[in-house]
This record gives sequence, C-alpha cells and structure tokens, in this order.
Amino acid sequence: MKKSLWRIIIGGIVFIAAIIINSNNTWLQLALFVTSYIIVGSDVVMRAVRNILKGDVFDENFLMSIASIGAFFVGEFPEGVAVMLFYQVGELFQSYAVNKSRKSIASLMDIRPDYANVKKGDELVKTDPDDVHIGDIIVIKAGEKIPLDGIVIDGSSTIDTSALTGESLPREIEVGSNLLSGCININGVITAEVTKEFGESTVSKILDLVENASSKKSNSEQFITKFARYYTPIVVIIAFILAVVPPLVIKGATFSDWIYRALSFLVVSCPCALVISIPLSFFGGIGGASRVGILVKGSNYLEILAQTEIVVFDKTGTLTKGVFNVQEVHPDGISKEELLELTAYAESYSNHPISLSLKRAYKKVIDNGRITNVEEIPGYGVNATIDGKKVIAGNIKLMEKMSIPYLKGELIGTVVHVAVDNKYVGYILIADEIKQDAALAIKELKASNIKQTVMLTGDTKNVGFKVAKELGIDKVYAELLPADKVEKLEELLLQKSPKGKLVFVGDGINDAPVLARADIGIAMGGLGSDAAIEAADIVIMTDEPSKIATAIRVSQKTLKIAQQNIVFAISIKILVLILSALGLATMWAAVFADVGVTIIAILNAFRALNVKNL
Amino acid sequence: MKKTFRLEGLGCANCASKMERAINELDGVQNATVNFMTTKMVIEGEDEKMPVIVEAAEKIVKKIEPDVVIKKA
Repeated sequence: MKKSLWRIIIGGIVFIAAIIINSNNTWLQLALFVTSYIIVGSDVVMRAVRNILKGDVFDENFLMSIASIGAFFVGEFPEGVAVMLFYQVGELFQSYAVNKSRKSIASLMDIRPDYANVKKGDELVKTDPDDVHIGDIIVIKAGEKIPLDGIVIDGSSTIDTSALTGESLPREIEVGSNLLSGCININGVITAEVTKEFGESTVSKILDLVENASSKKSNSEQFITKFARYYTPIVVIIAFILAVVPPLVIKGATFSDWIYRALSFLVVSCPCALVISIPLSFFGGIGGASRVGILVKGSNYLEILAQTEIVVFDKTGTLTKGVFNVQEVHPDGISKEELLELTAYAESYSNHPISLSLKRAYKKVIDNGRITNVEEIPGYGVNATIDGKKVIAGNIKLMEKMSIPYLKGELIGTVVHVAVDNKYVGYILIADEIKQDAALAIKELKASNIKQTVMLTGDTKNVGFKVAKELGIDKVYAELLPADKVEKLEELLLQKSPKGKLVFVGDGINDAPVLARADIGIAMGGLGSDAAIEAADIVIMTDEPSKIATAIRVSQKTLKIAQQNIVFAISIKILVLILSALGLATMWAAVFADVGVTIIAILNAFRALNVKNL
Repeated sequence: MKKTFRLEGLGCANCASKMERAINELDGVQNATVNFMTTKMVIEGEDEKMPVIVEAAEKIVKKIEPDVVIKKA
C-alpha cells in the first residue's frame, strides 16, 4: 500500500508540473503527462491486458484504461492522467478503509485464546486449546485469557467479561463459579476443571457467529449485487453506441466530441462505491453491536429489525430476574426476625425455590437440632416442630384446612402464611423481581416508534398485570402454557402491517419454538446459555432488556446509512451520465462520480461502526 | 462437507461476488460464500465431489484475482 501511495505522490507532482509549465512547449508537456500516466497507471493497464486475454470485458481495470487512453487520443491529456490518478487514489482509499474495518473485526476476534496451561502432575504444560479435554485441570494466571469453559476448583479472582458482554464492570468469581472462555482473568490465579471442549466453548461459538454473520445477506446487499451485475454492461454498451452512432447520424457532430462523452460514461461505469459501501455498512453495524454485547447472526436480521412494530416479551428471566426473593415480611404479634426465622426453619428441608429464597433472606445458619417432625403437605405447605412448638407454614388452602384465620389482601406473588400452635403469626411475601432497566427498556422502545409491546407469561393474571402495569406494557396474556405462547404469537403476527416485523424476546429456556416463529427472535442473557445462542437470531449477552432498544437503534442507523449510500451513489452516477451524454459534464465530473462518490460512501459506511452513543 | 479457506489479499468486493456466483454454479456445490470483509471462502458440497470442487474453486479465484493467496483456515 505504501508503494502505491508513493506512486500517486510522484505521479501527481509530475502531473501538476505538466499543467503549470508554459504550454508553448507542447511536446515537453505531453512528455510529462505521459510520464505521470505511466508512473500512476501502468499496473492498471497491465492488469487490463491480462484480464482481457482471459475474456473479461467488463473488468474495471480495462474500463479505466480505455477511458484514460481514449482521452489521450482525443487530445484531452490532463483528463487522461486525472482519470487514472484519481482512480488510484480511490483504490488506495478503499483498501485503507477495508483494511481498517477488517482490523476492527480482527480485534473483536482477539478473544480467541492461544493456549491453555494444563496441569499434568506438578507441571503446567502450555497446550493448544483444541487439544484440551473435558475433565482436564487448567490454571489461568493473572492477565491471561480463559481458554475453555470450566468450573473453578481453586482460587478466586475478578474477571473482565467486556470482550463478550460490553460490560465494563468486572465480575467476582470463586470456587464453584462457572468460567466462560474469552473472559480475561484480572488478578488472582485460578485453577479450573474444563467442562466443554474448545469447539463447544463460549468463545468458539461467538467467533463462529460473528464471522458468519455477514454471509446471511440483507436485501440491500442482494439488490446491489444484482444492480452491479447489469449496471456496468449497460453503461458500457450505451457508451459504445454514443461514440459511434451520433457522429454518423447527426450532421456536424464530430467523433472526438462524442468519444469524449462516451469515455466519461466508461469512467462512471464502475459500481465500486455501491458494491463496497453497502456490505461495509452492515459489517460495521454488526461489529459495532457486538462491541456492546449484542450479537446479530446476519445482516438480514439487522436489516429487518429496523421495521419492528411489535415487541413481545416473555416475563420470567427476560423482564424479571427469574430469581425469587423475599419482598415483604408481615408479622402479626411477633417480631419480623422471629417470623422469618420460624419460616426459614420450617421450610429448611425443602429445595423448592421458595424455601431457598427464605434461607437466603434469613442469612444465618440453620441449626438442624432445633427441628423435629418435619412433614411436607404437597400443594399446601409444611408442618414442623421447632423448639417444641408446632409450626405450620403454607398457602391459604393450608390455613383454611386447619381453620386458622389469616390476613387477606391483594398480595401479588407467592404468600407463605405461618401459624404457631394454631395461632396466626403473619405472612411472608415472595416474588420475582423486575429487572432494573426493564421500565427504561419499554420507554426506549416506545421512543423508537414501536407500536405495541406485549408480555406473555405462564404466571398468574395478578402477577402478570402488575408487572405489565409497572413497566407500561400495552398488552398481557397470562396463565399460558408453552404451547399457548406460540398460538398467541401467531395471533399477534396477524395484527402487524404487511411490512412491519414482530420481535420476540425470551431467555432461550423453554421458548425456542416461539423464538423461531417470530420474525426475529432475541435471546437474553446469552452468556453461558447454549440454547439461547442456538435458537435466536440475535443474542443479547447481558441481562439488560434495554439492549433491545439499542439493537433496534443500531439497526435503524445502519439501514439509514445503507439507504443513503444507495440513493446518493446511484443518483450522482445517473445525473453525471445524463449530463455527459448531453455534453454538459466534463470528464472531471465523471471522475468525481466514480472516486469521489466511493470515498464519501465509504466514509458514511464507517459511521455504522460507531454505536457508543446509541 | 463444509470447507473453509482464507483468501489473503482479496482486494475487490465486486470480484468477491463474482467468485461467489461462479463457485455456486459448480457441479455438486450446495452453497458457497465468499465473504469480502472477513476474506473467508466457505464451500459446502457433496462429499465425493469435494476434491474436484475445491480445485475448480481455486482456479476461479485465481482467474478473477490472480494475486490472492488461498490458505486453509
């Protein structure tokens, strides 16, 4: 690339010298023009000759050579050199731009680990991650990339997940934590047992996904490839007709004038600007999105995401955390601590999410010696003797069965009522928590012109409506079985306009059929969930629903850039073609329509890569 | 069977789409993509015809862009 830069500079200097020297000495001037032409364009002409021998007539090298040499023959020396000079500038710029975006993708690919330290006896052996097997013990030192997915068996540390999630806050890990390949170990030394082969590890999956994303082409890309296929031959044929027919038919028309017009056509005939800038825009959009933890599986998905009209959410795990927590402790006659302690003890033998949330809220260690006679009553609750007192904890049905009067109220979530020696002592409310940015997500979606937001849930109507109201969701369908969700989705698909798209957002667990049925399936919290990565078209690596709005904005921006480039490049080219045919535009304008448009389109495409402020 | 190659020095987007089109027309090819941005060529084809396909694909690449170096990825 440096070599061609020097050639352009030197050729350019000679070219300028040729223009400014005294034009009395035409032979010297011509010699200078020819010299600069040879310096700048000889390789293009060589390639043209090589390709024409292979029978490729519409090769751009050939077209540029004909246009420039033709200009010499009709006596327009400066134009002849300029065509070649600026064509080369355009090529140089193009290859610079392409290299730059290839590099930015390569830096994304930088998450690929080079080696794993495998523990063999007391020794650490540097091994290719491909050769490490499930069950091997690996050691990750500070600053190293985690090479394979695994589980920590010794040590603790903080890890940087930003390469996968775009999340800058480091994550704490300790013995028992799951390790995801592609993250970077920041400080401590950790020993881990490998749980997945390299090919199945998170890092391989993500690399695969990003690298293959642009092979699924968007409509705009397909349009451009088709356009380019017909555009060049048509323009070249018109150029030929223009050069030959009018001088023969129209009285007083000269060959040199019409050949000049035809040559301008040849300069504009290259479809480079379009062919390069459209995929570059989508590539930029996909690359930019993956930097903030949004993986888009194809340009086609990025393109149609901009036409989203309806966004359908699954509730649990998507808008809510999917983790049950004690929300309210409401004692009656005893203290809050006592009520929580009694309930935690009574439920301590169960592994039900409700019992686990009670234990988490209680925080202290359960002393099993204090509990005797635990009896679970399925569908009702538990009956246990704690410190000699008879404790019952369970739902309303249990209280009614034992004929204990309890507090009634509009409580949303799971309520555990508790009685000691048949006397009511209060209740504890346990519920799933709404994610912090869920309300923001809905607000931002509405701001990006989404017509309808819908929530589907298997949960009760009470819970469903409360969550929807809190978040500002338009419609709720509650108490749905997994199969009902597909049915509801199909109903919703009928409600959108023909061009509009429906997006379904789920956590990838149990909702694969729905993800597949929607126009675009988005899976949340993809980090570590293979099911989600497989089933969805777009994967959001973090747990933040607000990233959906970000993804839509990235899509809208990318599409706008692609459309600007298509309209801008085609209209300038057609305008210059018409003007040259009428003899109103010079070859300089044609050079601008070719090189200038390419450069502007590429610069515009570069904007797609920048998604920081979206 | 699916084979991936890296096309080093792939310089023009239009050429990449020309290659892609020509390779897709080869006998036994199910799907071929030449990705200009990642410089990757992926060919999916019938197992027994694969050696012939790969050879033909290499010729196509060389014909359209003689400076490209084809490497196994």
